[in-house]
Amino acid sequence: MADAPSANADNNAAEAFLQGGSLKHAPGPYFGSYGGRWMPESLIAALDELEETFDKAKEDPEFRAQIADLNKNYSGRPSLLTEAKRFSEHAGGVRIFLKREDLNHTGSHKINNVLGQALLAKRMGKTRVIAETGAGQHGVASATAAALMGLECVVYMGAEDCRRQALNVARMELLGATVIPVTSGSQTLKDAINEALRDWVANVDNTHYLLGTAAGAHPFPAMVRYFHEVIGEEARAQILDQVGRLPDAVCACIGGGSNAIGIFHGFLDDPSVKIFGFEAGGDGVDTGRHAATITLGKPGVLHGARSYLMQDDDGQTIESHSISAGLDYPGVGPEHSYLADIGRVSYEPITDSEAMDAFKLLCRTEGIIPAIESSHALAGAIKVGQRLAAEAAASGGTAEDKIVIVNLSGRGDKDVATAAEWFDLLDKDSAEAEIGKEGEQL
Amino acid sequence: MTTAQTISKSAAAIDKARAEGRAALIGYLPAGYPSVEQTIAAGIALAENGADLIEVGIPYSDPVMDGQVIQAATTEALANGFSVRQVFDVVAGITSKTDAAVLVMTYWNPVVRMGVEEFSRRLSEAGGAGLITPDLIPDEAAEWMEASDKYGLDRVFLVAPSSTTERMQRTVDASRGFVYAVSIMGVTGARTSVSTAAKDVVAAAHAAGAERVCVGLGVSNAGQVREIAAYAEGVIVGTALVAAIRDGGVDAVAALTKDLSTGLTREEA
Repeated sequence: MADAPSANADNNAAEAFLQGGSLKHAPGPYFGSYGGRWMPESLIAALDELEETFDKAKEDPEFRAQIADLNKNYSGRPSLLTEAKRFSEHAGGVRIFLKREDLNHTGSHKINNVLGQALLAKRMGKTRVIAETGAGQHGVASATAAALMGLECVVYMGAEDCRRQALNVARMELLGATVIPVTSGSQTLKDAINEALRDWVANVDNTHYLLGTAAGAHPFPAMVRYFHEVIGEEARAQILDQVGRLPDAVCACIGGGSNAIGIFHGFLDDPSVKIFGFEAGGDGVDTGRHAATITLGKPGVLHGARSYLMQDDDGQTIESHSISAGLDYPGVGPEHSYLADIGRVSYEPITDSEAMDAFKLLCRTEGIIPAIESSHALAGAIKVGQRLAAEAAASGGTAEDKIVIVNLSGRGDKDVATAAEWFDLLDKDSAEAEIGKEGEQL
Repeated sequence: MTTAQTISKSAAAIDKARAEGRAALIGYLPAGYPSVEQTIAAGIALAENGADLIEVGIPYSDPVMDGQVIQAATTEALANGFSVRQVFDVVAGITSKTDAAVLVMTYWNPVVRMGVEEFSRRLSEAGGAGLITPDLIPDEAAEWMEASDKYGLDRVFLVAPSSTTERMQRTVDASRGFVYAVSIMGVTGARTSVSTAAKDVVAAAHAAGAERVCVGLGVSNAGQVREIAAYAEGVIVGTALVAAIRDGGVDAVAALTKDLSTGLTREEA
């Protein structure tokens, strides 16, 4: 932002891409006019140390071997690419493939990033990691990595989220982490990040902030993406292996955007592949109760980066709303803002209702319970599939010739109480019904 | 510091204190807490009881550098409907009645939203001295450097115990008015003792050429003020004043300011 007139930078990059340039491996700190370091001076030295450690590590064969070994023998990578044949019938008949990040250890893509960052924390000689969490997926993943590597772990979680995801709090505690409920502000993910930053500034000598998404100050967006690039690399190789060609479209859900940037990265330089990010539309983008940051937000600075942001006319952050705690964030990673501006990725909102329909559909057609976050991507894929099918019909082809990959970023075990309440499956007097009922009031 | 072409209101206020053989006292108040009128009255009370500079904070939704006392105050101000443009009313209300230099302390996004140029113009029109920017580092400040030059505003960046020599130099070079030395690695809030790191940060800022360095974070009583006045050009008090206005209103602010100002003289150092 400092030196680069943003519009020109964006146009140049877009132009370069159209002429065969690469969008992959963008190093930061800036993605067009987005990114940077809008952070207190107190933390700049720690960000510099992290950047230097990361830059060295990714060129270090030993570090890369450690990551590869953990991915294979601890997380269970590569994750499968599963064709969802019965689900596809509801998406215009195109062929839909699911990238099964739900099958990773801890049940989501989050493990990719935490293992990488925990290794970096060890390299920096830090003995303590702190993390924020919304749904609890990143908190559980962080607690897991900390247990594996013998690090102390403190997780900040909004008080409302602690209640919505009580079992995930127990999981983190079983793994040895301390969970601190955050009661400031809106008591959700953004406030958990604020509190983690306050902890970090006071304890930066021995503490690494294990940020869970591809947002925040440089080097976090580029670094978190690096650890998730494996998703896109695997998916690209797997689809080439299974069907012999690239997909027509790739879909992912977007909160901060880490699972999305991971799978998108594999296809950014393939112009024939359309890429879609699905934001949380909550009750609907015209209701004001949503988390559709790119769709309706305006550029601003929050949590260290310039990016699209849900904010009012005073620049105060607006509280987001989504049935999915993991997407309930009023910001988004800066690389997504850039990819939106240059038109490489299309970002669209999916309502709670659309997501829950897709959630149920995947359960019933494929025997897979998806995370509610990932269900936004599934709902989006249905729309994309129907569009592609219409295009195919218009050009005399068949829907079956169209291929869509959906990043199934996490499993839905954590969401069973919310889903049971949504679909009215619970005895009204049960404890779970109480949790779900209060969740509805958020 | 690039003070050559611009007359810095903050520097003038600090120099006036220096000519009197003492350090300058800088008091922080969050705008709109408990009301805009009360903030103006408290600001006037600060100036009349020994504060040389006044730092008016803009309540913000995500104050990552603030501890619980200031968070609670700014959250209440926002809940009461505070809007950013009212900060100019507070600045004008204080500058029209006192000689104190009045700076605005703000997280950066409210400035971005209004537009850096527009914000700067309005601050200047209100008689403001400049901005203290806790989450804006010189690396990202190109637009602010330009606007602050255009409107003759001070740009007070922060330096910290963790600042490297290189960053210290860059920040001192970019600052105008004074440099804000963060005394400890942490957020705002009263503490029982001033960190020994503060003295080192001030020395490093002086070594980098800063003529005016003021120390903030954790300073709450006259004893701490006296300790810092021995080596810095100014002492910044925030949380203790916010607690005073919370518990005792404008009168309590006046009383605390008077007490704090007894620590400013250097003769005992």
